[in-house]
Amino acid sequence: MLRFILRRLLQMVLAFFGTTLIVYALMFAGQGDPIQALAGERPVTAAQRAYLTEKYHLDATGVGGFFYRYVNYLGGLLRGDLGQSLTGRQIGDILAAAWPVTVKLALIAMAVTVLFGVTAGVIAAIRRSGVFDHATLVLTLLVLGIPTIVLAPLAQYFLGVRWPIFPPTAGAQPSFRALLLPGIVLGSLSLATALRLTRTSVTENLRADYVRTARSKGLMRRRIVGVHVLRNSLIPVVTFLGVELGNLMSGAIITEGVFNIPGVGFNLFRGIRTEDGPLVVGIVSVLVVVYLLANLVVDVLYAVLDPRIRYE
Amino acid sequence: MSDFETVAATEDQSARRGVSGEPGTPDRAGRPGRSRSLAGDAWRDLRRNPVFWLSLLLVVLVAAMAAFPGLFTANDPRDCVLSRQHAGPSGGAIFGYDFQGCDTFARAVYGARASLLVGAFSALITGVIALVVGMLAGFFGGWVDAVLSRVIDIVLGIPLLLAAIVLLKRVSTSGETVRLLAVILVLALLGWTTAARVVRSSVLTAREQDYVAAARMLGAGNGRIMWRHILPNALAPAIVVLTIALGSFIAAEATLSFLGIGLKAPTISWGIDIDAGRVHMRESATPLIVPSVFLALTVLAFIMLGDAVRDAFDPKLR
Amino acid sequence: MPTPASPTPPGGHLLEVRDLHVEFRTREGVARVINGVTYHLDRGETLAVLGESGSGKSVTAQAIMGILDTPPAYVRGGQIRYRGRDLLTRSEEERRQVRGTEIAMIFQDALSALNPVFPVGWQIGESLRQRAGMSRADARRRTVELMDLVRIPAAAKRLGDHPHQFSGGMRQRVMIAMALALDPKVLIADEPTTALDVTVQAQIMDLLADLRRDLGMALVLITHDLGVVAGVADRIAVMYAGRIVEHADVHALYRAPAHPYTKGLLESIPRLDRRGGALSTIRGLPPNLMDIPAGCPFHPRCPYARQVCLDEVPHDLVLAGGRTSACHFAQEVHDDRAG
Repeated sequence: MLRFILRRLLQMVLAFFGTTLIVYALMFAGQGDPIQALAGERPVTAAQRAYLTEKYHLDATGVGGFFYRYVNYLGGLLRGDLGQSLTGRQIGDILAAAWPVTVKLALIAMAVTVLFGVTAGVIAAIRRSGVFDHATLVLTLLVLGIPTIVLAPLAQYFLGVRWPIFPPTAGAQPSFRALLLPGIVLGSLSLATALRLTRTSVTENLRADYVRTARSKGLMRRRIVGVHVLRNSLIPVVTFLGVELGNLMSGAIITEGVFNIPGVGFNLFRGIRTEDGPLVVGIVSVLVVVYLLANLVVDVLYAVLDPRIRYE
Repeated sequence: MSDFETVAATEDQSARRGVSGEPGTPDRAGRPGRSRSLAGDAWRDLRRNPVFWLSLLLVVLVAAMAAFPGLFTANDPRDCVLSRQHAGPSGGAIFGYDFQGCDTFARAVYGARASLLVGAFSALITGVIALVVGMLAGFFGGWVDAVLSRVIDIVLGIPLLLAAIVLLKRVSTSGETVRLLAVILVLALLGWTTAARVVRSSVLTAREQDYVAAARMLGAGNGRIMWRHILPNALAPAIVVLTIALGSFIAAEATLSFLGIGLKAPTISWGIDIDAGRVHMRESATPLIVPSVFLALTVLAFIMLGDAVRDAFDPKLR
Repeated sequence: MPTPASPTPPGGHLLEVRDLHVEFRTREGVARVINGVTYHLDRGETLAVLGESGSGKSVTAQAIMGILDTPPAYVRGGQIRYRGRDLLTRSEEERRQVRGTEIAMIFQDALSALNPVFPVGWQIGESLRQRAGMSRADARRRTVELMDLVRIPAAAKRLGDHPHQFSGGMRQRVMIAMALALDPKVLIADEPTTALDVTVQAQIMDLLADLRRDLGMALVLITHDLGVVAGVADRIAVMYAGRIVEHADVHALYRAPAHPYTKGLLESIPRLDRRGGALSTIRGLPPNLMDIPAGCPFHPRCPYARQVCLDEVPHDLVLAGGRTSACHFAQEVHDDRAG
């Protein structure tokens, strides 16, 4: 088990270097004026130019210079020093303020997903081909087919403006109530996927040979489904949810942007809108790390849940 | 050995393996080995599926809109007059006008073109990459498979939206056509993995079939076997995946345009219009709702179409 | 613990299947999987149920246990009497009470029949805790005893291991320990050795025979392998197309089969005392259960088939010694042994 985690950790470190290198290379390699590329169409003041040159060591040139700069950027990333955005604020500070909000939102979304998605998936599987099953299949297809950029503004309009059940926007210090609707919108996609995954997984496991064995032991159906089947079925679902938590953090760009929630996604959204290159690079780098960490946690969780993996 | 099962020649080996029910029974006999014709069965199922016809109709409608927008509206989507801001329906503009004073319906109709172009070409390129990678990995196996599978894993692990943001930042100041191409390429580059996996696994299955062994014994080369015997097998499942992918590419394009890093004005895109309509939803919601519905229905149509075809080909999933 | 062991009614059997009918309803049609199976089992004896895949031997066993998957399987008629009472008329809850404590079952592929994510100790102990109401400590103690009983070495150390960490033979022993947990009076073993190596097969069969004798259980041994049966069984019931076609004492059956199908089976086994001759096979394939041939279902494959076999379903003919054969020409087949 320990060896498994160590191996995974090593793989993650490699993936970390790989992805950050790619991100960095794509942002800076082989461009005419890297500073203008960072700033997009915005005019760059002399002070900003000087800051960026120093920050990213843009005076070093060639491949050697590129790696020098990359190592420097990596060092900063590891120390938590992400530099300044074009507005002059420390990106680290911006993120420190934004993370709690995003985590709260992601947790609400995750709660919605687990509470409704997994439960409904189990019910649909047990009552396969019933009314509930068909209804959820159609509903999840609809949710899967409707992009967030449609769902979020329409939810905001209908449930926030037209029939004001929820606050339409969140504001600086969002309350739980203000985060509820965005959380549901954010979680809806994962909910649909989790529901379908759970349904498939439970259905398959209900047919497994070990269910017949459990029945032949004279166990009650509640116990067979609730312990034997569920424990097996949840392996892929938990794996999915773990990866999804990473996705929710980055998927919050649109939801946070639409509902004006001052989280990480919102800052990225604003960074893209205002062509604030350093802010975008900083946030994307951090999100990539979060994503990698989420994957690591999922792998370990998988090994904990499935004894067959542990001893490979 | 006194195992007379083999002596009595059980016909369907595949049905016997692993399943310890009673394999002589029909619920396990409906496997490929014995089925009359998989494609024929699938088509019979499809023909009776209203979802299939509905989604096909929508797809055809959107395709017509993209090709001949003039058939659906007489108004020019770029003819915007600020004095008509949020004006009600009039003169062919059945959904009224948006914040800029443009015909909401005309813009939605003309928006189909960019969406479908991106969706179709991304799917096409994706298909080519997926077929090449999947066939090579599945057919040659060994280290080729190991390397390619790892590449697939890595690309699959990249969060699409973040990667697209990074990649598209590089063309932030380019013209209309370059932007369109960039969006297509970025989506294809990030989105081919699922299809490649599907191709790979169907190639793996096809490779083990008797007729492939027969062709090999008759002296057919690798190229010929792949082209004549394996490609046709991998094609059907690949097309299903690509149909669904086409829907999600359209959604991805709209999302990128919505964020302001995909297509940009003067290109007409549903994503751009949804963003614009969203800002002014308190004054008038129609400019938000109309492109939203167009986008959602288009994406849904492709996903449902793919879903219906896959269900027909793989009834086990139902 | 459910119903205390009421004495078997005089003259009755411990377990009796009477004229059982089961069908599978599928999209393609209705398959008649069990068509009037009748057999019985007495205290302490071993009955071998023999047949090809699809002959209905496992389905019959699952019907006895009450663990058929419905849909697609439906019991269409007949009785399954345990200690004189028909199980089919009882409620699901009553039937659940019977499972494990009165009748237990072990399955062919222990790897898939055991739950992959729980330790074997937990799985064996589950019956003890859930059904017998034992405490964790008691269940653990009893689990180790059971594992010793089925001769798993270092049982106490292996409680926490998962099924995939065991060899095939050891896994089957775990299955057996699990089935024995609640002291069943009847053990149904569904092809217990099919997935195993030949040497391990023999060990498991010996174990089953010993356990049956030591614990005084009755054993139903389902197999397609005549070789497995010979040393262990008291009686043999041969199944074909959802019917018992021949039923006899094991020695009588080996000496002179009275059904052409049994005869075919025996002749397809390599035998030491008949070297050199080619092995014969049964021609043709098992019938399609959605379209069972009219008359005797075996007639398309039968070397004895005549017109009457195409027209009339043969009834069980009782021959000398109380054995039965569902063949119009049972006596002829029986006497035609030199062959």
